[in-house]
Amino acid sequence: MSIHIDVDKCVGCKLCISACPYGAIIVEDGKARFTEDCTGCGACASSCKFGAIILEVPKMAEVDTSAYKGIWVIAELHDGKLADVSLELLGEASRLAEDLGTDVSVAIVGESVEGLVPVAAAHGADRAYIVEHEVLSQYRTGPFSDVLTGLINTHKPEIVLFGATPMGRDLASRIAARIGAGLTADCTGLDIDPETKLLRQTRPAFGGNIMATILCKQARPQMSTVRPRVMKKIPPRENAPCEIVRTEVNLNEKSVLTKIVEIIQEEGGSKVNLQDAEIIVSGGRGIKKAENFALIRELADALGGVVGASRATVDAGWIPAYHQVGQTGKTVQPKLYVACGISGAVQHLAGMSSSDTIVAINSDPEAPIFKVAHYGIVGDLFEVIPELVKALKEEFGN
Amino acid sequence: MKIIVSIKQVPDTTEVRINPETGTLMRDGVPSIINPFDENAIEAALQLKEEHGGEVTVITMGPPQADDALRQAIAMGADNALLLCDRAFAGSDTLATGYALAQAVRKIGDFDLIICGKQAFDGDTAQVPPGLAEQLGIPQVTYAIDIKVDGKKVRVKRLLDDRFEVVEAPMPCLITVVKQINEPRHAGLKGVMKARKAEIPWVTAEDIGADLERCGLSGSPTNVMRVFAPSHDHKAEKLEGEVPDVARQLVSRLRDAKVL
Repeated sequence: MSIHIDVDKCVGCKLCISACPYGAIIVEDGKARFTEDCTGCGACASSCKFGAIILEVPKMAEVDTSAYKGIWVIAELHDGKLADVSLELLGEASRLAEDLGTDVSVAIVGESVEGLVPVAAAHGADRAYIVEHEVLSQYRTGPFSDVLTGLINTHKPEIVLFGATPMGRDLASRIAARIGAGLTADCTGLDIDPETKLLRQTRPAFGGNIMATILCKQARPQMSTVRPRVMKKIPPRENAPCEIVRTEVNLNEKSVLTKIVEIIQEEGGSKVNLQDAEIIVSGGRGIKKAENFALIRELADALGGVVGASRATVDAGWIPAYHQVGQTGKTVQPKLYVACGISGAVQHLAGMSSSDTIVAINSDPEAPIFKVAHYGIVGDLFEVIPELVKALKEEFGN
Repeated sequence: MKIIVSIKQVPDTTEVRINPETGTLMRDGVPSIINPFDENAIEAALQLKEEHGGEVTVITMGPPQADDALRQAIAMGADNALLLCDRAFAGSDTLATGYALAQAVRKIGDFDLIICGKQAFDGDTAQVPPGLAEQLGIPQVTYAIDIKVDGKKVRVKRLLDDRFEVVEAPMPCLITVVKQINEPRHAGLKGVMKARKAEIPWVTAEDIGADLERCGLSGSPTNVMRVFAPSHDHKAEKLEGEVPDVARQLVSRLRDAKVL
């Protein structure tokens, strides 16, 4: 690990001792010193007011790739439960582990998380690294990256997967920068190269216009954030064995620089959970004005779905931004996506083209949306939608 | 207050295509713009400057043409700009980019805040700002929809998937902003004149004391193995006829395919 103390600058103030999660610093003869428990997590570096703790990113050429084994999933919690994306990643990790001939571990960090191990085991974890501490009750970049960097440095996984969520992206980038790992963002495909055994990470770029496959040949671990709702969970394994590895940490709220002072849940009525919806009916510029979202809503209601929107309609102020699907909005993958009056700019396609079934209704037969659609209706949405609602009611009743 | 805004010049992504024969990106003739989220970052910095005084310095790493993006930022109201421009930076992934930017920030000296857009439109990684914060050893607060400065602290409202989170962090720190934070201003005539005359220093890896082993391709653990066009090219089944009939056709197709 690449951390050391500049003894000329160290004044023996002991601030680093309370910042160290692993109890691995002692002060002797007025100078700080790392014990063999040091994980190189780097938590002490920012606590030092004198610049005496030097954290250096290891150089790629110095990394012994053969020392890294196993696949890890960094768990994300939602309301005290494992987030769906974490379970999806465990499924994907299980498939990769088979190709690589290795096993799957989950790292669960929080205030009280050991009870989540059976769920993780059922979804593919062979081992669970558990770290519990009250300072970890909510996700914060600082303590989570310190603790996880320590675990990664100690146990040396070959591959580490995170959800491409606000938390996963915030955390993975910080850890990768600290340990000099390669990190690929927002992957939609992962597989193992049969010859080199490297992780092939495929992701969209340029607004979904191109796909890129990325390799990390030398640095370790190979890290990815993976888009939610893309990978598949495995069928739950009953009573699957799972080894638990607990790590005790010594955290001090005073050493954590950021404080969460308030959490505001979005109001129930106004919130649309696009990412969990099975059916989405979206309106675009073709609906012409705000009031016409009523028509979109009518079709959504008839289908039992929710309302989405293109960027143009959000920018025009016709509908709030949390309805927005696309590159700057939400990425969705419902069972059914109905695009009404949406031409299909690449940024929109990037957010919805992996939906299971796509229906496009547009008056322009050349609209790019028809390239991703499974069923296309060229026509005036103001005529088509009411007929669709009628046909649905005939078929399924009210 | 001293605020640094780190921006990126990106191709207008709607115009980028893949050459189907060679599998390479066709970027020729594609217009370059300031990454839209970075315009929000510049606006946020300018508003904080208007409220608390101080100066705004805009930095970017890129080819010579990235100078245009910095001039645009000056036209909006930024005070200074710095361009990291060196062949040694070519091929940088997010780790190497964060390293080079951190070296440049050290060169600039003391600051209170670094503000960035939440991610760039071309790469969409959101990895450079946290990497930059890490290399500088300062806290980060991502996805800001509101920033309030109070003495030596910032109070930031973060926009997350299903909630807002209000976070307090000490300065110096790094903040990334979402587009909902503000409406970026347009440059006025005076700003455009100022930008035209502004002297923007160009610095090399050597100027910022960067270790060449950590720059560009040699400092980048990730490598692009191949690029290809996404495969959503199946032709839609076009449903045709009188509208009521088309509607019934669609409903029965969806039912038969067990979508409904």
